[in-house]
This record gives sequence, structure tokens and C-alpha cells, in this order.
Amino acid sequence: MESLSLTESTYYILLCLHEPQHGYGIMQETAYLSKGRVKLAAGTLYGALVAMIEKGWIIQLPYGDNERKKEYKLTAQGIAVLRNEIRRLEELVDNGHKILGGEL
Amino acid sequence: MNSYIRKIRKFFLIWDFEKEEDWLNEMSQNGWSLASVGLGTYSFIKADPGEYTIRLHMHSKDDEYLDIMRGSGAEYIGRIGSWVYFKRRAELESFDVFSDLDSKLEHLGSISRFLMIAGGVNLYLGEMNSLGQASRIAWINLVAACFLMYGLGRIHGKAEELKKQRLLHE
Repeated sequence: MESLSLTESTYYILLCLHEPQHGYGIMQETAYLSKGRVKLAAGTLYGALVAMIEKGWIIQLPYGDNERKKEYKLTAQGIAVLRNEIRRLEELVDNGHKILGGEL
Repeated sequence: MNSYIRKIRKFFLIWDFEKEEDWLNEMSQNGWSLASVGLGTYSFIKADPGEYTIRLHMHSKDDEYLDIMRGSGAEYIGRIGSWVYFKRRAELESFDVFSDLDSKLEHLGSISRFLMIAGGVNLYLGEMNSLGQASRIAWINLVAACFLMYGLGRIHGKAEELKKQRLLHE
């Protein structure tokens, strides 16, 4: 398991792929989840999808009957990566609260 | 003949792609929206001033990529070699191709690899030609190699700027 942190884009893309989703759907859901703060651009998203398939974190689903667009979904490995990252982020936030808690 | 179409011949160096993009967006501001591209030729059609934002970048031809771009409201204009050109209505939010430092660096990396290969090929041909009977054209290859290496340096400089930002930011 890699101990490197994920980029914000990677984190949100993985999170969106908890359910099958196509490329543009990931862009929309990321904007929705972050209340418009994180705007994934197409080039960034595409590069990340290709890299994540290579790593085995996500897979591309076979086309359904009325599907025209490629859909992607998390693999078990992808879920583990995401869980790991959530634990890491929790540690960061916990320590922030512990030290600056009263002043926030 | 047609006052709604304008053709302009202009050349940009690969490492000046940002200048090229600025110029295309200036044309858009002046009411000329990029309609098609060719080697050293740009065709524009009349549009409302500032109606479109133009973006260009190096990317392989890929249907999935075009799908994602179209989904986000961008229109594919065309390509010159491995450079693709897109436009999107400016009334939508700002149009960017890359939204984080890592993917911007990755893009500069692809341009660097291209320049390195092109420079290497010219260096090799230059050497072969200078050893063989074609020594008169060898210098053309060597000058081209130097020129491409200069471009590589320019791209490297841009990448270094981004890497400095990434020391503290994602």
C-alpha cells in the first residue's frame, strides 16, 4: 500500500467512483460535493483516469445496453487507497483541532 | 469573398504555445472565433466579441477525451500534429484544460519528451550526414537540434516555476 498522499483531484475522483460514473459526471459531482470549490478540468481528469486504471484503483465498465459513454468504478484496491487517505486526512484535521482548536 | 470568414497565416514555436493561445483569445475578443486550424494557417468566423474562450494543448486523439471535453461544453476545433484546439462559450465558467499543478507539469513533460526526441533525431542525422557525403546539409540538422534544445530549455524553465509553487501547494 502506498503511503503517499493523494492530490485533491485524485481524492475526489475516487470518491465519485464509489458508484459507476462517466467522465463528465465526475466533474459535476466533484463540483457539487465541494460546493463549487474544486473544478476538475477535462485534461486533469482524463490524465488521472488513465493513471488510476493503470494502477488498478478503478476499472472501466463494459458498455451497458443504453450506455453511450464509458463508465468507471472503484476496485477493491481503490477503496483501500481511499480508506487509507481518509485516515490520513483525519489525523491531519485531528491534530489541527488539538493544537489550534480553541482558536478556530 | 465572404466577410464572415478570415484566414490568417502565422507561425508559432511549440514552446510559445501560451502566446499562440493569447493571440487566439485576442482574436476572439475582437469578434473572430477560431473555426479551423492548419499548419501555419488559422481560419476565423465572425462571432460576438469575447463569445468564446480558446484553449490549445498537446494531447493524443482519443474519443473518450473528446467526450469528456464535449460534456463540459467545449467544442473541438481541430488539431495540428499532436496539438488539439478547443473552444467554449465564455459565458460558462472559466475554461481550463488543467486544474492542478501536477497535470500542468505532466503536460509540460509531454512537450519536453517531444522536443528531446526531435532534437535527438536531428543531432543523430547531423552527425551521420557530416560523416557521409551529405555534409552540406549536416549543419541544417545541427542548427535544428540546437534550436529544439533551446525550446527544451524554455519548457524546462516553465516547469521549474510550477515546481517552485508545488513545494508548498498542491
